[in-house]
Amino acid sequence: MSRVLLVEDDLAVRRAVTMGLKRLGHDVEAVADGRDALDSIIASPPDIVVLDLMIPGINGIEVCKLIRARGTVPVVILSARDHDIDIVAGFDAGADDYCVKPASAEVIDARIRAVLRRSTGPTTLDHDAHPAEVFGDLAVDRASLRVRKGGAEVSLTPTELRLLLFLSSQLDHAFSRQQLLEHVWEQSYYGEVRMVDACVTRLRAKIETDPRHPVHLQTVRGFGYRFSA
Amino acid sequence: MRIRPPATTLRGRLLLSFALVSVLAVAAATGVTTLQARDVVLRESQQAAVSGLRASVQAVGPDLRLPLDRAGLRLLVSQLGPSAGAESSSSQATYAASFGDELVAPSRGPSVPTSIRREARTATSTLVQRVRVDGSTYLAVAVPVVTRTDDSATGVVVYSMTSLRSQDTVLDGIVKASATAAVPVVVAAMILALLVSTGLLRPVRRLHAAVEEMSNGRLGIQVPAVDRGELGDLARSFNQMSRDLHDERETLRQMEAKARRFAADVSHELRTPLSAMTAVAGLLADEADLLPDDIAEAATLVAEETHHLTRLVEELIEISRFDAGTAVLRLDEINLSELVGRSLTARDWTARVDLDVPHELRISVDPRRIDVIVANLVGNAVRHAGEAATIRLSARATGADLVIDVVDDGPGIPSDVRPYIFDRFVKGDPARGGRSEGSGLGLSIARENAELHGGSLDLDEHHDGGTRFVLGLPDVVVVHDD
Repeated sequence: MSRVLLVEDDLAVRRAVTMGLKRLGHDVEAVADGRDALDSIIASPPDIVVLDLMIPGINGIEVCKLIRARGTVPVVILSARDHDIDIVAGFDAGADDYCVKPASAEVIDARIRAVLRRSTGPTTLDHDAHPAEVFGDLAVDRASLRVRKGGAEVSLTPTELRLLLFLSSQLDHAFSRQQLLEHVWEQSYYGEVRMVDACVTRLRAKIETDPRHPVHLQTVRGFGYRFSA
Repeated sequence: MRIRPPATTLRGRLLLSFALVSVLAVAAATGVTTLQARDVVLRESQQAAVSGLRASVQAVGPDLRLPLDRAGLRLLVSQLGPSAGAESSSSQATYAASFGDELVAPSRGPSVPTSIRREARTATSTLVQRVRVDGSTYLAVAVPVVTRTDDSATGVVVYSMTSLRSQDTVLDGIVKASATAAVPVVVAAMILALLVSTGLLRPVRRLHAAVEEMSNGRLGIQVPAVDRGELGDLARSFNQMSRDLHDERETLRQMEAKARRFAADVSHELRTPLSAMTAVAGLLADEADLLPDDIAEAATLVAEETHHLTRLVEELIEISRFDAGTAVLRLDEINLSELVGRSLTARDWTARVDLDVPHELRISVDPRRIDVIVANLVGNAVRHAGEAATIRLSARATGADLVIDVVDDGPGIPSDVRPYIFDRFVKGDPARGGRSEGSGLGLSIARENAELHGGSLDLDEHHDGGTRFVLGLPDVVVVHDD
């Protein structure tokens, strides 16, 4: 059972998604616009935000950026807009997943669970559970799920954390975007590989000293990424 | 430009006509001039010859003692010649005289024609005849000598044979001069023809070029209509037609774009209500067991149809993207056998399909689109080939090209539907109560996806006992390790 904040202006969709998610065991709070959403997040932070992009007041992308700026609450975008630019803008704004309408409650639920799984408990990848691995100035504690850079704790979203944990579990091993999409995002279908790129960019900004010349998170041209110490 | 026989081109015909007309005109002028000149020249020389001979006869006539013997005739001939005056020497005349059957003529020079001799024997007036002797023209003149008293014939006839060579030379000169004059005339005519044809042909060329441009799709092209005559009218008509066609195409384009936009807009507008319906459709279906029978059926129906409608709208949006040309290929390098495996696993078809796909085949494609194609082809086979049918998906690479076959041994597609199988909203199995699970857009979308890759998707028309679809993807294989 997770606390879901649904931001959706269309009454019918709001009611239906609320009904569907509640039935699937979520505790749903639904609001109609971005301001209410931000207020609600401050008042009582949910486990996850399901966010429509075309909402009155502050638009969805801005809301997503604001949520991301204030904390690590995961965001799943639920939008009828399926153009590349919209999807890329969503990921660039820090969304953890992008779900195109119409989507059944079951699909939304699956996405929510996948995103939340990233932040809870040890993943199956942590087979060699070293308490804290150190890669240069970067310390990754797989037990407490904390990441420190130069001693200071880095605040990562569940997706960023999971991506880092996955890549760093096999040093210098190149993973394709598709593989990362599958293992980190748990998407078995051919989803949005640029979700990976957007997440890598955000992660670099947080863990690299010079994000434009990354030491740890290296690009394997035409293929994907690898993690180096 | 093509090379054509000159007589078939306008320019060629004009040149030919001008040349012909000028030659004819010169020939006619030359002919008339020559005839006139000849007339004048001949009359002059004839008069000179006749009057010369007559004068001689009058001079010697009174001294004649008839009858004349040979000696007398010879004397007469000798008196006729040189004394006759200056022009006789220039006209190079020879003289002869006869009395009865006796003829005295100089040994050199042309002989007197017998026809004129026969005639002159009884004549009392001067006879003139033109004769050709040894290729030269001569003027033969016969003057019968008459008695002074009663103008009766004395039997003595004097002749002169005047060469017309100099006259012929003059006439020849006239013909030659005319012919020489004809050359510049014909040349001038040809130049004129060239100028005229160039003037005439320029608008024709322009029109020709414009028509070719037009057939290449540049509707609305205009040609300058400077000519005031028929060609100008033609150019103006052409311009009008070109503008009309252009406008018409623009209108059609706008209408088509509007229609497409409308289809896309409708599909998008349907998404919001569908979102609400889809979100609770699962709930309806799940709870159907708890409802009274007929209500349960209704709930299930609504849930199922919502699902169909959702899929239809998704496919319409996909199609409208292809139509609008906004479908983008997002290439990624993937392992084909993994892709196919996932595609089948996601839809629970792994057990239904025999796979023959090389393991280490990496291809550069848009994975989502290939997944759509594979799912569509296998999905069709699963739905239409029957439970017992074998479905087989095989892939083989030739160089960088990839061919994927999806074959089943089901009943196959009815032959009357085959040609339309890739058309929108055509369903391969109309016998099954009209609507099957598919939207009727699947194959059309699959083909569009293949073509977006620069490839092709076709139905094998010659495959017996089942259905065989062939997907060809050129230039996609990256590594082939087998």
